[in-house]
Formats: sequence, structure tokens, C-alpha cells
Amino acid sequence: MISGLAVEDLAIRRGERLLFEHLSFAAEAGEAVALVGRNGAGKTSLLRAVAGLLRPAAGTVRFGGARDIDEARAADLHLIGHHDGLKGGRTAREELAFAARWCGAGDAGLARAAEALDLGRLLDLEVRKLSAGQRRRLALARLVAAPRTLWLLDEPLAPLDSVWRERIGALIADHLAAGGMLLAAVHDPLPVAARAVEIGA
Amino acid sequence: MSPLLVLLRRELALAWGRGGGPLPALAFYAGVTTLLPLAIGPEPERLAVIAPGIAWLALALASLLSLERMFERDFEDGALDLLALGGPGLEAICAVKALAQWLATGLPLAFAAPVAALMLGAPVALAPTVLLCALVGGLAFAFVGGLGAALTLGSRRGGVLIAVIVLPLFAPPVIFGGGALSQAASGIGGTSGLLLLCGWAAAAVALSPLAMAAACRNALD
Repeated sequence: MISGLAVEDLAIRRGERLLFEHLSFAAEAGEAVALVGRNGAGKTSLLRAVAGLLRPAAGTVRFGGARDIDEARAADLHLIGHHDGLKGGRTAREELAFAARWCGAGDAGLARAAEALDLGRLLDLEVRKLSAGQRRRLALARLVAAPRTLWLLDEPLAPLDSVWRERIGALIADHLAAGGMLLAAVHDPLPVAARAVEIGA
Repeated sequence: MSPLLVLLRRELALAWGRGGGPLPALAFYAGVTTLLPLAIGPEPERLAVIAPGIAWLALALASLLSLERMFERDFEDGALDLLALGGPGLEAICAVKALAQWLATGLPLAFAAPVAALMLGAPVALAPTVLLCALVGGLAFAFVGGLGAALTLGSRRGGVLIAVIVLPLFAPPVIFGGGALSQAASGIGGTSGLLLLCGWAAAAVALSPLAMAAACRNALD
């Protein structure tokens, strides 16, 4: 169980280019952090570094309350980026079932996710036939199917319409109220109270 | 259900879904084993001598075919992120992917191999040895091939690069299998070649997931 996130003196380098350095911030249970900055400033790279997919050039990422950082990453965080990991040729039902079961969800979690994101009528369609917003809802369904503490979201609201921005906002608010944490790269403000951290200022 | 079982089922469904499962590899295999006699000449005596060798080598080439899709699709659409973050660890994930590759392509090819050898005129008594070599060798080809697929992640023309990386690594199993077949054909029993092939396959299954996982981590970084 992750009870806090601390990023200390982090630097990320992509090839020859230094994206940012000396970045430090912390978040506690129930807090949301909005990562803002120009395109290419390193918001996505920071999310991937927190998830452990990318090795930072310097600095550390620590999770409060976790004995083993790799275990905590495997069991207690969700990362959803632009590349949502959905296969165009499979049905939404197959893709949701795989992503949710891979994260340890059962049938109850699947039903809850389909309900919360109103996927019922979409489940039998091939993923390639979904609109960008529907596809994003399908990707976000993982968050509901397998509850985990730390959500790392990359532009989660970008393709969504105003109704769904509000509903996802409510979902995030519930998550935070239950002691969850959110770290999101955004250009538009998040629909919940969030602390802004500027990347590459 | 255990996550790795969920992954295995998905991999098999993906292999059958868009790519037609083992059908392209089987068609390629049938093509090569049909064309070779046309190039070599139709004398049955000559064909019968080289039939098991042809069936065996064509199998190694056919197992190269669908390797490119093993990691590339998941890498491009972000599914590899989701897999890498999961509990089982990349080594186990890579092993499951290679196993699925063997089940989807290697296994059907292995059952086609004795048929091809018999059609080219190999004695019926050789068929079991051909099948055994193809079963065990196919497992080694899938795991070593997966290593090539992981190493070429993110590069353009990955398919050709995979063949260039993997073919030298196919040399030992091709030699061991060929040895087993010629021993069996000359009637002195094919066990020593077969045992060497089993040894190679065991080493490939045990070691290549470690290398595959390292290559995937490198590609994701």
C-alpha cells in the first residue's frame, strides 16, 4: 500500500537532451498533483520515471509506506498514457477483460468498471471502431476495475467531451476522498483541486 | 486466474486473430519443401537422402516468420508498458510470450515436418525422429527467436534484423538436429544428436527470457 509519493532532486535525460533537473515534490494520500509545462518539457517522462519504466539521470522516487518499491509499483499504481495499450482488432470487451484481469480484477470489478464508464453498448465493438473519447473511457475503465492507490495519468481528459470530463472528475474526486493519489500531466486544469508542479520551468 | 495464464490466452488469441495463427508459416513451409525438389531434380533416390535435412532446415526458416509481431505490436501501442508494470515481472512475461509463439506456430510446424519429409521420400521409420527434432527444436527456435525480436524493438526493418541476429544462433540446433536425423537414417539411432538438441533447447528456455526482459527494459527506457 502506497501512502505517499516523494520525488527528490530528479533529473531526466533523453538522449543528449536534459529535460529537467533538481525537480522535487511530494504528495500524500488524498492529494492530486497536476504536472504542467510546455510540450516536450518532460511530463510524460516524469510519469514513466515514477512508474519505474524509465531510469532517471539523477535523483530518486520514493513511495511512503512501501517496503519494496518494485512490489509497490506492480501492485499499487496505474499508468495510463497516450498509448493506451488497446489493440484495434480486438473487441472492447476482450481488451477491458485482459487489462483488468492482468491488474488482478475479478468479474465484479469488470462489471463495476463497465457500469461506471457506461461502456455497456460499446463492449461488443472492435476497438478500432471506437471514437477517441470512447477509447479513452475504455482505457480509464482499468482504474475502476482494479482499485489502486496511485494513478499516473497522461492527459486523461484530452479527448473527452464536457459531460465525461465532469464524470471522470467525479471519479477522481471519489478516488482522492478514499485516500488515493493522482499525478496527472495536463494542459487544461483538472476538475478537482490539485497542486500544480511546473516541469522544465 | 493467474495473470500469466491470462496473458497466455491473450497471446494465443492475438496470434490467431489477425495473423491467421500458424497458417502463413505453414504455407511458407509447404512452399519451400515443394520448391526445393524442383531446384534439385526429381530423382527419388537423391531426394530421399536429403528429405529429412530439407524438412528440418525449412522448419528453422519458417519459424522466423511471425517473430516480428511478438513484441513490436505491444511496444507500439503501449501494451508493453502495462505488461512491464504487472506483478509477474518481465522475465516471466517474455517466457510466456515465447511459449505462446511455440504453441501458435512451432507446434503446428512440428506436425507438418514429418509429413513434408515423407512426401519428399524419406523412409517412414524416420518420421518419429523428425517429429521429435521439430518439437524440441521448435521450442528453442521460439525462445531464441524471441530474443531477436526483443533486441530489434523500436528499430526500423525489424523483421530483416531479427533474421540476421537469430540465424547464427540457430546454427547449433540445426547441426544437432541434422546430426540426429543422419544418425537415425544410417540406423545407428539418433539419441546423441537429439540429446544435444534437448540440451540446447533447455538452455534457450532457461536463459533467453532473462536476455529478452533486459532488451525490453532497454527499449522501454
